[in-house]
Amino acid sequence: MVLPAGSLVLLALVPLLLGEYYVNLASQILIFAVFAASINLLLGYGGLPTLGHAAYLGVSAYLSALVALKLGLGHAFAAPLALLGTTLMAGLFGLIALRATGLGFLMLTLALSQVLWGTALRWVSMTDGDNGLRGMTRPFGLDAAAPFYYFVLLVTAVSIWLMARYVASPLGAALKGTRDQPRRMGALGHHVWMVRWVTFVYAGFWGGVSGLLFVYYHKYIHPVSLSLANSAEGLLAVIAGGSGTLAGPLVGAAIVMLLKNYVSAYIERWNMLLGFVFVFIVIFMPEGVVPGVKRLWRRFTSRG
Amino acid sequence: MAALHVQGLKKAFGGLPAINDVTLEVAEGERRLIIGPNGAGKTTLFNLVTGDLFAEGGVIRLFDEDVTRLASHRRAHRGLARTYQIITLFPRDTLEHNIALALLGLTKARWDAFRGFSKHFYDDAKEVLARVGLDHLAQRPIAELAYGEKRRVEIAMALAQKPRVLLLDEPLAGLSREERASVKQLIAAIPRDTTVVMIEHDMDTALDMAERITVLHYGRVIVEGTRAEVVADPKTREVYLGH
Repeated sequence: MVLPAGSLVLLALVPLLLGEYYVNLASQILIFAVFAASINLLLGYGGLPTLGHAAYLGVSAYLSALVALKLGLGHAFAAPLALLGTTLMAGLFGLIALRATGLGFLMLTLALSQVLWGTALRWVSMTDGDNGLRGMTRPFGLDAAAPFYYFVLLVTAVSIWLMARYVASPLGAALKGTRDQPRRMGALGHHVWMVRWVTFVYAGFWGGVSGLLFVYYHKYIHPVSLSLANSAEGLLAVIAGGSGTLAGPLVGAAIVMLLKNYVSAYIERWNMLLGFVFVFIVIFMPEGVVPGVKRLWRRFTSRG
Repeated sequence: MAALHVQGLKKAFGGLPAINDVTLEVAEGERRLIIGPNGAGKTTLFNLVTGDLFAEGGVIRLFDEDVTRLASHRRAHRGLARTYQIITLFPRDTLEHNIALALLGLTKARWDAFRGFSKHFYDDAKEVLARVGLDHLAQRPIAELAYGEKRRVEIAMALAQKPRVLLLDEPLAGLSREERASVKQLIAAIPRDTTVVMIEHDMDTALDMAERITVLHYGRVIVEGTRAEVVADPKTREVYLGH
C-alpha cells in the first residue's frame, strides 16, 4: 500500500518539478503503461502471449476519431462508443484466438491485428490511409501539458487499480490457475476457456482505454498504431519490466518510452540501444527488471 | 443405482487401441481397485471418465446421468474429483491457496472479478489440510514440499470438494513404506458417501484397500471380482507373472 501511494505522490509532482517536454514524456509513458498492463493480463497472468494487442489501442483510437470527425459528435459520445466497439471486437476476436493457446494463440492474435492494420492503411475514404486522421481535440479542453498530464495520471491510476483488483480476485486466482495447470483447473470445476475469454475481453477493454488516451495525446492517429511493431513494443515492455507482476509493465513502459523518445534525441541508432538494453535484461534479469532488482536487492542486503 | 457406469468404452491413439470395449460398474460407496501392468490403459480410462479425453465409442454414466460428452468442469460440478499420477499442483502458490482453488471451483464466487478472495476459503482450506496432517505447512509454497507431502496435497485437493466419486491415480506411487502406510490410512478414512476408484500398477501394495478389483490389460477388462476371486484367477497370474 505504501509503494503505490508513494509513487502516485511522486508522479503527481512531475509537472511541478519538470518542464513541459518531460511532462509530455511522462504522459506518454503512463499511456503506454496502461497498454502494457492490459497485455500483462493476458501474458503475465493468463500465460497467453498476444502479438496483436495494438488492435485494441488502434481501433479504439480510430473509432473515437471517426465518431468525432465523421459524425461530428463530442467526446461524451465518442469515448463510450469507441470503448463499446473495441470491447465487442475483443469478444469476437477472443472467440477466434482462444481456439488455441501458446504459439497458435500468438499467430491468431497477430493475424487478426494485421487484418485491421491493412484495413486502416487501404480503406482510404474512411481512414485517409497512410496520411492518418488529424484534427482531433482533447476532452475538457486539456490542451496544456500539465492539466492533460493530471487527467492521464487519474485515468492510469484508476485503470491500474481496476486491473490489480481483477488479478487479486477469485477470478484472477482462477486465471493464474489456468496459466499454471489448465487441466487441473478443469478437473476442479473451473471453466478454463471462459476464464480466458473473460480476461481477453477485459484486456481488450483496457487496451481500448489506452487507445483513447493515445489519440487524445497526439490528436492524430495513423495505421502504425495498429501495426505489429506497436504490439511487439507493448509485449517487450511487459517482458522487460516483469510479466505477471503489477509494477512490471509500468517500469517496462518507462524503459521503452524513455529509450524511444528521450535517448533517440541524442543517439541516432536508438533502436540498436533498445536491442542492447533488452539483451542485457534477458541475460541478467530473465524474469524482468522488477523481480530482478528485487532479487539483487535481497542478495545485496543479506550479504551486508 | 451405480455411482459410475462405463459401457463399451473405446479410445485409440494413432490407431492403437488404448481402451478397447471396457465395461465397468461401480456401486455407490464401493472401494474399487483397478490394476494392470504399465500401458494397460488405466490412466486413459480415468482421463475418459473425467473428460480430459473424449471417448470414441461407448457411454459414461455418473449416477445414471450420461456424461460422455460433458466437459471436465461440468463433471466436477456433478461430484467427480480426481488426483493425478504425475503431481499436478500449483507449485508457486501456497498449500492453502492450492486447496482454496479447489474449494472455489464449485462455488459461484469463482466468477467474482472485483471482490477480494474471501477469507473463509482459506479458513476452510486449513481445515482440509488438517485432515491430511499438513496444516502446519499451510503458508508454504508447494515447491518447498517433499514428494510425499505433495502426494497428500493431491488427495487433499480432491477431498476438499467432498466428491461423490473420487478417482485416485496411483496415490502410493513413489512413496516410502512409512509414507505409504499413512496415505493408506488417509484413504481408509474417506467417508462412505464417497465412492472411491483407485488405480495401482503394483498389485501387492493396494490389494487390501479394495472390495472389488478390476484387472486391465491392453485396454481390456481381463478379470473382475472380489479380492479372493481375482487373486485366485489364473488370468491375473498370467498378466502379472508372464506366461
